[in-house]
Amino acid sequence: MEAGWWGVLIAVLGGAIRIGTPFLFVSLGECLTEKSGRINLGLEGTLVMGAMTGYAVSLHSGSPWLGVLCAGLAGMMLGALHSWLCSFQRVNDIAVGIAMMLFGTGLAFFLGKPYIQPSAPQLPSIDLGGWSDIPQLKAALQINALFLVGIAMAIALGWMLNNTAWGLKVRVVGENADAARALGLPVDRIRILSTAQGGFLAGIGGSYLSLYYPFNWSEGLSSGQGLMAVALVIFARWQPLWCLWVSLLWGGAAALGPSLQSVGITGGYYIFNAIPYIMTLAVMIITCSPRRTLVGVPHELTVTR
Amino acid sequence: MTDGAPPDLQALGITKRFGPLTALKEVNFRLRSSRFHALLGENGAGKSTLVKCIMGYYHSDAGTILLDQQPVTIRNPRDAQTFGIGMVYQQFTLIPNMTILENLVISKAKLNSIINWQEEEFQLTEFMEKMPFKVPLSARVSSLAAGEKQKVEILKQLALQNRILILDEPTSVLTPQEADEVLGHLRAMTLARQLSVLIITHKLREVAAFADEVTVLRKGQCVGSGQVSELKISQMAEMMVGSEVTVKPKHRTVLSKKVPKLVLQDIRVKDDIGVEVVRGLHLTIHEGEIVGVAGVSGNGQRELIEVLAGQRRAVAGTIRVQGQPFQPTREKIMQHKMCCLPEEPLQNTCVGRMTVSENLAFRNFDVEPHAVGGWLISRPALRRSAFELIERYNIKPPYPDIPIQSLSGGNVQRAVLARELSAEVEILIIANPCFGLDFLATEEIRLQIVAARNRGTAVLLISEDLDEILELSDRTVVMFNGQLVYETASSGADLAIIGRHMTGDTT
Repeated sequence: MEAGWWGVLIAVLGGAIRIGTPFLFVSLGECLTEKSGRINLGLEGTLVMGAMTGYAVSLHSGSPWLGVLCAGLAGMMLGALHSWLCSFQRVNDIAVGIAMMLFGTGLAFFLGKPYIQPSAPQLPSIDLGGWSDIPQLKAALQINALFLVGIAMAIALGWMLNNTAWGLKVRVVGENADAARALGLPVDRIRILSTAQGGFLAGIGGSYLSLYYPFNWSEGLSSGQGLMAVALVIFARWQPLWCLWVSLLWGGAAALGPSLQSVGITGGYYIFNAIPYIMTLAVMIITCSPRRTLVGVPHELTVTR
Repeated sequence: MTDGAPPDLQALGITKRFGPLTALKEVNFRLRSSRFHALLGENGAGKSTLVKCIMGYYHSDAGTILLDQQPVTIRNPRDAQTFGIGMVYQQFTLIPNMTILENLVISKAKLNSIINWQEEEFQLTEFMEKMPFKVPLSARVSSLAAGEKQKVEILKQLALQNRILILDEPTSVLTPQEADEVLGHLRAMTLARQLSVLIITHKLREVAAFADEVTVLRKGQCVGSGQVSELKISQMAEMMVGSEVTVKPKHRTVLSKKVPKLVLQDIRVKDDIGVEVVRGLHLTIHEGEIVGVAGVSGNGQRELIEVLAGQRRAVAGTIRVQGQPFQPTREKIMQHKMCCLPEEPLQNTCVGRMTVSENLAFRNFDVEPHAVGGWLISRPALRRSAFELIERYNIKPPYPDIPIQSLSGGNVQRAVLARELSAEVEILIIANPCFGLDFLATEEIRLQIVAARNRGTAVLLISEDLDEILELSDRTVVMFNGQLVYETASSGADLAIIGRHMTGDTT
């Protein structure tokens, strides 16, 4: 039984990376968008659209990497559309986000009908467990290159927000739009670009779902990762590097059920599978107190104003 | 900073209309090189409009701006900056979640695409060496006191190499000491021929102490200007308000017995980010007494008022109202006869889009005669009561059916005061009741407050305006860092001692 528990731990760690990667991309995208003072709830739709686009392009071109790129571009377009709509007077970003979520998923299902059956080429993985001869460890260390890209993105995004003119402008716009206007910054344009970049990242997250894990295209592919990303970003206190750790935590939580099942513990399987959702709910309840505001929250976010 | 004296700025025949209202009528104004010029006037006299026309925020309907006798076109504040004109606004434009360094860097006209923080810090440190006052570059703006923020705003303009600095009521949020310090530095820079300064103010004391020249506006017209050294304060005051008004001493009745009405014991309150900002506050207010709480804003006053208004919960301490424990429910507030006039009443206790009559009835819409049987609202009754209050408190325009947000600040203030004082009041909590109001409105509201006191109401007055506290209150206490640190009778109080306690200097 001793080895079994080790197996569970290793499986959870492996799952954290495998399931956490799409969380990472979506939450980085949401983080950037929120830093500019907008919330994009439409990222759920962006994720599904990215998954479909990535799968379709990979199938037709034979190159999964081209699929990833096109998924990002599709996400970028959805992000740009969202923020363009929000830049009109008296348009609420939450309402537009919900509309964009339905639009994105609907469009993906509509365009994706022909791709449910065929099998597209999969994204390759990097074998980091070659040194070990424990099969579970080997399996857990089968890491997709996109995860490494995601780590690089988290570091780069954190650096960019602090050390580049662009990052500083995004933060000013997110903190105080009036001050930004007084500085002569084009508030709407900066938000459109940030949201589009955020959409690009979310689209990549979607392609990971269809091209690596779980590696198929179906209508039930996403299970709310796009929406949970909003809670993740709050938990990560709007810091990109924290998005990485939080995504791994959520990925690990999601991997708990299957890992326990693999060692024969099947009782409460559905409860274990619900852990990420319970955690999301818990984060929202703990962080949303009527008596205090969050540290680090961009002041322009509509939910906090 | 570039060499040579700052340019001479002239505004000739400036006229600005907003619809049917003429805000400025052929105003002439001149800011000579290296002078400290004060623009005096009541609220609504057109001071802000004039400087906004100069800065390019507004486009004047007629008139020209000259710099060194050359006509210039200033289309927007960015243009103004290219001419070396910078403005410090009444509200801070700093970004609270960022450090001073980040705030100063972001305001630069040209940013490098990758920011070399070491280089920027080095340059700004070097720049700061030449400045008369210092601020810690790595500090977060949200952690600064108001005086420090004001200094950063000024430094921001100077770092942009502006040679003409316009300040809109720069001392309204500062202690007298902070105000003197900041204005003193600006004065020194004008004497060194580094800068021309134009300040908008209504504080005659500051004009007399720091300015070289003064221009007075009234009702959109220039009614006088001259050398400060040749004018008496009383002459300037007369120009400002016309000859019809003077401050009347307010009649006070003296009550023989001292009945405690509001007792606060060891009150502790946390702010929005969970920091304890009211830290063990004790205060007793008696019948027929006004207690003024002086202090620089941000020392827990806002949170204290929110607790007394029922908008926030205290984490510890007891509040007793006429001997009973305080509970901020609708029934208890009515029973306590406790009323509240917080600062910015339009945001804090009104619903802007609801009508004046609805807003006036917030305290009593659910009782007879406004609610038939306690549940059916009677519009005619609401309007009748509204008309009565509008008449009694001189609310303008006198229409009960327009949204309250369409009223001017002074009239919103009057309306809220009317609502709060309309029934019998035992305890009145007021914060900055005259902030941004003109002379007449201020006098009226202060008379109402003293009248309430004379009827036996216990009044807690929290204000950033020390003169207001000393004029109205019987007792003055100083709030610093969440505690009351000093108490004195208001008549004969020493301003210097109060000011020192406001900054926490108790040596």
